[in-house]
Amino acid sequence: MAEFKLQVQDRGLQYVGSRRIEGPLLVVERVRDVGYDEVVEILGPDGRARLGRVLDISDTAAIVQVLEGTTGLSNEATRVRFLGESFRLPVSRWMLGRVLDGLGRPADGGPPPLSADRRDINGMPINPFARRYPREFIQTGVSAIDGMNSLVRGQKLPIFSGSGLPHDRLAAQIVRQARLLEENVEFSIVFAAMGVKHDVAQFFISNFESSGVLARVTMFLSLADAPSVERLLTPRAASTLAEYLAFDCGRHVLVLLTDMTNYCESLREVGTARGEIPGRKGYPGYLYSDLASVYERAGRIEGSDGSITQMAILTMPSDDISHPVPDLTGYITEGQFVLDRDLSARGIYPPVASLSSLSRLMKDGVGEGYTRGDHPRLASQLFASYARVRQVRGLADVIGEEELSRLDKQYLKFGDAFEHRFIGQGEYENRTIQETLELGWDIVSLLPRDELHRLTDELLQEHYREGIASDG
Amino acid sequence: MTSTAPLPDGRGSVAAPLPGGGGPESPQAAGIGSVTRVSGPIVTAVGMHGAQMYEVVQVGDLGLIGEVVRLAGDRATIQVYEDTSMMKPGAPVLRTGAPLSVWLGPGLMGNIYDGVQRPLPGIQARSGAWIRRGEKVPPLDAARRWPLEPAVRPGQLVRQGQVLGTCSETPLVKHRVLVPPGVEGTVRSIVPAGEYTVAETIAVLDTPAGPKELPMMQKWPVRRPRPVRERLRTDEPLVTGQRIIDMLFPIGKGGTAAIPGGFGTGKTITQHQLAKWCDAEIIVYIGCGERGNEMTEVLREFPQLKDPRTGRPLMERTILIANTSNMPVAAREVSIYTGITLAEYYRDMGKSVAVLADSTSRWAEALRELAARLEEMPAEEGFPATLPTRLAQFYERGGAVRTLGGEAASVSIVGAVSPPGGDFSEPVTQHTRRFIRCFWALDTELAYARHYPSIHWLHSYSEYAQDVAAWWQKEAPDWADMRTELLTILQREDRLQQIVKLVGPEVLPDTQRLILFIAEVIKDGFITQSAYDEKDAYCSPGRQVALVRLILMLYRRGRDLVQAGLPLARLREMKWVPEVMRAKSAYGNDELQGLAALDKRVREELDALDREHPR
Repeated sequence: MAEFKLQVQDRGLQYVGSRRIEGPLLVVERVRDVGYDEVVEILGPDGRARLGRVLDISDTAAIVQVLEGTTGLSNEATRVRFLGESFRLPVSRWMLGRVLDGLGRPADGGPPPLSADRRDINGMPINPFARRYPREFIQTGVSAIDGMNSLVRGQKLPIFSGSGLPHDRLAAQIVRQARLLEENVEFSIVFAAMGVKHDVAQFFISNFESSGVLARVTMFLSLADAPSVERLLTPRAASTLAEYLAFDCGRHVLVLLTDMTNYCESLREVGTARGEIPGRKGYPGYLYSDLASVYERAGRIEGSDGSITQMAILTMPSDDISHPVPDLTGYITEGQFVLDRDLSARGIYPPVASLSSLSRLMKDGVGEGYTRGDHPRLASQLFASYARVRQVRGLADVIGEEELSRLDKQYLKFGDAFEHRFIGQGEYENRTIQETLELGWDIVSLLPRDELHRLTDELLQEHYREGIASDG
Repeated sequence: MTSTAPLPDGRGSVAAPLPGGGGPESPQAAGIGSVTRVSGPIVTAVGMHGAQMYEVVQVGDLGLIGEVVRLAGDRATIQVYEDTSMMKPGAPVLRTGAPLSVWLGPGLMGNIYDGVQRPLPGIQARSGAWIRRGEKVPPLDAARRWPLEPAVRPGQLVRQGQVLGTCSETPLVKHRVLVPPGVEGTVRSIVPAGEYTVAETIAVLDTPAGPKELPMMQKWPVRRPRPVRERLRTDEPLVTGQRIIDMLFPIGKGGTAAIPGGFGTGKTITQHQLAKWCDAEIIVYIGCGERGNEMTEVLREFPQLKDPRTGRPLMERTILIANTSNMPVAAREVSIYTGITLAEYYRDMGKSVAVLADSTSRWAEALRELAARLEEMPAEEGFPATLPTRLAQFYERGGAVRTLGGEAASVSIVGAVSPPGGDFSEPVTQHTRRFIRCFWALDTELAYARHYPSIHWLHSYSEYAQDVAAWWQKEAPDWADMRTELLTILQREDRLQQIVKLVGPEVLPDTQRLILFIAEVIKDGFITQSAYDEKDAYCSPGRQVALVRLILMLYRRGRDLVQAGLPLARLREMKWVPEVMRAKSAYGNDELQGLAALDKRVREELDALDREHPR
């Protein structure tokens, strides 16, 4: 049993010795005047200072979550100091262009960001009454997104991917190409990496560098070899800076969070260490609320011109979209881009699965006055026809392609063209929305006119390419 | 914690004597306890001797609102409705002596509240775009004066539920000020017609317990159902203007329905459609743990949308409760009760009310989250063992009733369910099924094909179809038969599709391929209905019947022709087939003549076909 001593320090009381250390948790007894969620500084026997926060406080003990790992801590020699406030991040616009660690401290050798404005990284919930509804179309130059699942400014739209799929390349392409239609405003980018490998981080850094955006990027890096619990704060620190840039400085901010699956695993790790009752697959029962407190920080608010558009990348364990992490994410975000292994295997980039991807805010950001009047119905028709392609392919597998009816063969042709010409494009190919829509008409015209129930006669009159529909 | 408003301030004001006498009368109880432990939204306090279960307390220096959820000796466990960051042991806990109650009176309509009835516009006025902790704003505007028409005279004996006076709350809502439940007496005095605030005394009753002053507003504890005289049978449909619902899976006024569906299947859009177009007089929309932008969309859209029956803005008959996913979880748990209590209040005025709760799964998850923090033994998938009871209690607050005042009124409940992974066998969906009578199953495959509403015709059901048939027979005497015929065709199509998947459609005889063809017409030309199509977003009962008749006529005539040897291909290639498919968006609710003309033309064309192919 440790010997307890109180030492008066310059900042607050310092407690020597802890009762129990278990996983990332440290239990300190006989503490006084300590608050829930308070930041803690822990000094191990090696003299290294680590940060932690209070997860549970009672009149007898505080349970402290050590953010930078408990390796090397001992019950006897550990010294703990409570810093009298919850976690705060200094924010300033000069943080653009910097590389920070997962807790927002400089990791690029530069000086700490100088700012008197220190903000609680938990933020505050946005009043739904004070939100502005997002509706400005963002042109990403990617047809699968612009044409079928358009992104709007202030939306939160994650990429559901699997290991080995090109989600990083797609995210980098979106960062490079994303523009608003009318203005040529560039996005500021806040990039938060949680538990990703060094080469992934390096990929993004060199990509930002070569496309000349690095000066507008702030990176929060909590890489795979950093203590896993640190990741729980990384997206919150990143969102805090994003809120400052967007709502205080009026910038348009694109927040990239990768990889949220790692974040959720850290959450599970802490939950398990606390002996909490687990929910699905061992994840804590509050996973939904916790994810919401990160995702719901995107959007636009009254009284500010800025916006936060959020793109979280998450890898679905064994490509399972019903896994708790993608499942709960999909319930919070405004749609999702799903990457498909089959498309990828057939050499189609970006392998965006058209049917399971969805943008909930698309309906308000496209059409007359935003993109083009024919956009909503054309997209709807492409969806419906492509859904039919799947049925026809299923049938062709059974009875053979030769036995298909003429119409079904036309559908197969349409399906191939749709996948290779419309969805597929180059990693550096930047299509305007006009190009995307015209291409859509080229492809939908491979089907006979009578099959296109979702298009009106006027639209067909204006855009349908006669004579392209083949004889199957 | 104080405000300049003349009314006792904020949610904490439940400590004050209840002006309406609606809730349990409470003395200025207020003992003071002390926090001993903080773990997220759950706080333990000692020195709480005499505290009651579900009593409201104010915790800490900010006076965060919480509710007592467990008592052991003088130790109370409290669930706090706001973020507890930097709360310390030793902080004061102020008892209020009353359970969590809502304020009921004119001014509710058109408002938007959080889960504990704090008006969000008021919060914005005070703390900007963010919801600061400890913010307290009274639910009803204390300064606003409402024009009151008294309806009783001095000396008159009045009972609970009787109308004391009426006031025009919005152009769409005639608000009735009622004698609160449990109050009875002789009118000693009543104010003359004029304008009064919600807190001013408008009548004094001589009751057995002495004189009682009644203002326009009353309070009611949210977890207690408001009493009614008796329950009635549901026999009138809640007309929603959504074809698949009204025609195939109708819900009655006072009915309960669930909309389960994985993400992206359109639960929220379906709920929005019901809120916009259903023919209830009052809508209470509860956004429970859902997206912030969805509530913003409702707020932006509803004031512009016109009620199809009165032409007035929809917001004039709507109350919104918004406790989005990033707002405190304990307030999410209570938001459902807040919403249903407001609905019951308007029901007691003799109105038909629809409660749309999106999503009950988030509410159940809040229950689970709080139960886990209380270290309760979990049942299925971590949900507390009380889940079925809590669901039943919620849905049972719906129903068609005779009010205390003697009128027929109803609360219909439609709850969205968000099953993890779209798997309907999970506990919330399964238990909900036991307590509802109408099940609109949303289907992922249909949603992928952008077939909206993605309510699947084979997995959905409604037990109200029999009950509401009599009402529909006024619109169409053969309504029940048409419904059966549509469902039969869709069922036969499903069986035929199994064969088609194996061998292709070419081998089927034309009579069976006709079923496939007609099913396609039903799906494309009738069931799918775009929420964004101005002409089609709302489909009047008359137009629904006209469209079904058109399709069924095509089916019956087509069947005769094909049986007589006409190749199906001839029928399919007819020029008017696409017109039938698109008739739903070509002819609006006031263009039924156009539909009739199309119907006539199709008949003539079929006659012509018949003549070409003599039997």
